[in-house]
Amino acid sequence: MSNYFSPFVLPFLIGVIALITICIIKYIRWYKQFNRVQKTLLLKNILSWKFLSAIWETVWEALFHRKVFKRNFLLGYMHSSIALGWFLLILVGAVETELAVNGPKPFWTGIFYRYFIHDPQAFKHAAFFAHLMDFILLYVLSGVILAYIKSIYSRLFGMKKTSKHVVFDRFTKFSLWLIFPLRLLSESFTATLYNNGGFLTQGLGDMINYTVADVLEIPAWTLYSFALGTFFVAMPFSRYMHIFTEVILIFLRKWGLSENEQVSGFTMYELSACSRCGICIDNCPLYKDLQLQGVQSIYFLRDLRYKRPKEEIADNCLMCNRCMAECPVGLDLMTIRRQMRNKKELDTDSNYKYIDNLQAFNSIGRVVYFAGCMSHLTPGIVDAMLNIFDKVNQKYWFMDKDKTICCGRPLWQQGFSIQASELRRKNTQLIKQSGANMLVTSCPICYQSFKKEYNLPIQVMHHTEYIHGLIKSGQLKVRKDDLKVVYHDPCELGRGCGIYQAPRQILKSITTLLKTKNEKDKSLCCGYNLGNTVISLEQQTKIRNAAMDSLLSKHPDLIVTACPMCKKAFKRATDCNVKDIAELVKENMIL
Amino acid sequence: MTNFGFKISNTRVIHLDECKMELVRKLYKEEPSFKRCISCGACAATCSARQFTDFNIRKLHTLFRRAQYEGVQQALKACMLCGKCTLVCPRGVNLRSLIIHMRKILFEANKK
Ligand code: SF4
Ligand code: SF4
Ligand code: SF4
Ligand code: SF4
Repeated sequence: MSNYFSPFVLPFLIGVIALITICIIKYIRWYKQFNRVQKTLLLKNILSWKFLSAIWETVWEALFHRKVFKRNFLLGYMHSSIALGWFLLILVGAVETELAVNGPKPFWTGIFYRYFIHDPQAFKHAAFFAHLMDFILLYVLSGVILAYIKSIYSRLFGMKKTSKHVVFDRFTKFSLWLIFPLRLLSESFTATLYNNGGFLTQGLGDMINYTVADVLEIPAWTLYSFALGTFFVAMPFSRYMHIFTEVILIFLRKWGLSENEQVSGFTMYELSACSRCGICIDNCPLYKDLQLQGVQSIYFLRDLRYKRPKEEIADNCLMCNRCMAECPVGLDLMTIRRQMRNKKELDTDSNYKYIDNLQAFNSIGRVVYFAGCMSHLTPGIVDAMLNIFDKVNQKYWFMDKDKTICCGRPLWQQGFSIQASELRRKNTQLIKQSGANMLVTSCPICYQSFKKEYNLPIQVMHHTEYIHGLIKSGQLKVRKDDLKVVYHDPCELGRGCGIYQAPRQILKSITTLLKTKNEKDKSLCCGYNLGNTVISLEQQTKIRNAAMDSLLSKHPDLIVTACPMCKKAFKRATDCNVKDIAELVKENMIL
Repeated sequence: MTNFGFKISNTRVIHLDECKMELVRKLYKEEPSFKRCISCGACAATCSARQFTDFNIRKLHTLFRRAQYEGVQQALKACMLCGKCTLVCPRGVNLRSLIIHMRKILFEANKK
């Protein structure tokens, strides 16, 4: 054992012990904060085969960083070279040690391999391993150099704005960046003395004067060990806590855990799994169009983690879902945001007695049509839908014809969950009593609410899905017009509910659909989204204009959307015609 | 008495010395767009809650503006935050934010 010990190992050793202890303490604390459902799920699934797919995802996402590659090659390379490279250094180092040394040896032998094992022919393929380790080190170093370049010039990596880190994070980053050059240096000094390096370290080692190497070898290894130790101690308190937490989160998700109405242990894991990569900044409309800083998910999560959230920041988000669609860690950013909007004492006994007397209409064999509050401000949409129902002889009950109970999502999004649940309860009761077998709604906000926040026993459809079904089955005959149109994906319908195909299929059968730059999950928010109560109308307008310019750049005859809110937003600002998809279908029905 | 569909309101007196104007000032600070309100009533006309009851959002924010807070807090709880009022307001008043802030301010004031 003493063959493999030198005092310089101590900083590393202390760092590892501190790291493991702190992580275990934190993870146990968060585990205790799981609610009952989460704990049951965990115990139920922990021994299932799901861990295989979790391992697969860990390799792809936490090591290889596939999603980051998709965003930008150089950025992906940078992330994966440091993560995967470092992992390989440890793994291959361990194999190398195992081959070189028989019997028991301390676990750090692989980390300081070249210092402790001087024989370049320690085992059969020792030379190959020396080259391999050098190659991996080079791979990691290339990532560190890129990371350095990125902090100066992020545009090269497809990022207009890179994250602004707190001082402690920068300090930790610095110690991380130091680890690998110091390892190179130490190994080169040892290579000078014992000729046991690979192509890189030996090459460098041969250039170094023997006496210099003799004097500096131990100090270099000591510094290397210090850099490691510092990084390990700082890691659990810095953004680098994501390294382990991301992996645990992948497993938790595979075991079926997710965010809840309230903050739970799962939220704590999510907060620490954010790597503060900054990918969520560039495309946030609040940054892109308004240059607001500090409100994006990265900063919001950071403030939460360090327990200094500001109410205004929690409220200042459109809930457009764009950041969530881009986050490589797949964090449930919208739910965390909403949890923090909890209105607590404000969200108590509401004053909704007035909805109590509402009666359901006997709708057996009918569909329930729920236009949604906003659709009442765009009567064209409602009119089109009623026409379509009549056309296919579908009997309906227009549930919110003249007395509109809101679906509750606007309240819920702002953190009034108790009040929202009162509206949900009444709507659910009416829908159940009606005996209808399907609910069709024209508003993506209501749609998302009915789909996710309600637990309805009947099928729920947005009118795009419903109309698409009618056209596909031949019940609704349509003709093709000679317009060129662009389609705007509403946030709540697209990123919110994943409805991208139905509207496109409809449009293909009635008109000519032009491709646009910001399609599907890259769609731009119209700015009128109900998620944000902080920004002013002027700011909303700026966001809207950016979205509209992108649509108009194709010079369409018509902008088509599928949300009353988006329609209203665009209609106010352009001479170009704006229609809801239902209205266009109505015009193209064959009588 | 015959109901003609209207009634004569009682005379109301606002004692300026007793008004807690600081709440109004706070509201203007939290939601500056409210300064633009011209009391046109479009918000109340379109209101979803108004279809059911005599809930009247223009009346409530007008009362607030006049520092007559009595009953406003409870009445505001009838709002469903649906956002129709915000969308129709010709002056670009951020009514949803205004409503939340009125509730917050009144809650804080009554707590003390
Ligand atoms: S929230 Fe996601 S995208 Fe944003 S910094 Fe964190 S990990 Fe990156
Ligand atoms: S949901 Fe939209 S507005 Fe909110 S932080 Fe994400 S990108 Fe920005
Ligand atoms: S619609 Fe706007 S301007 Fe008119 S009363 Fe309401 S808040 Fe005031
Ligand atoms: S948000 Fe409230 S006040 Fe405004 S229209 Fe809806 S229910 Fe009425």
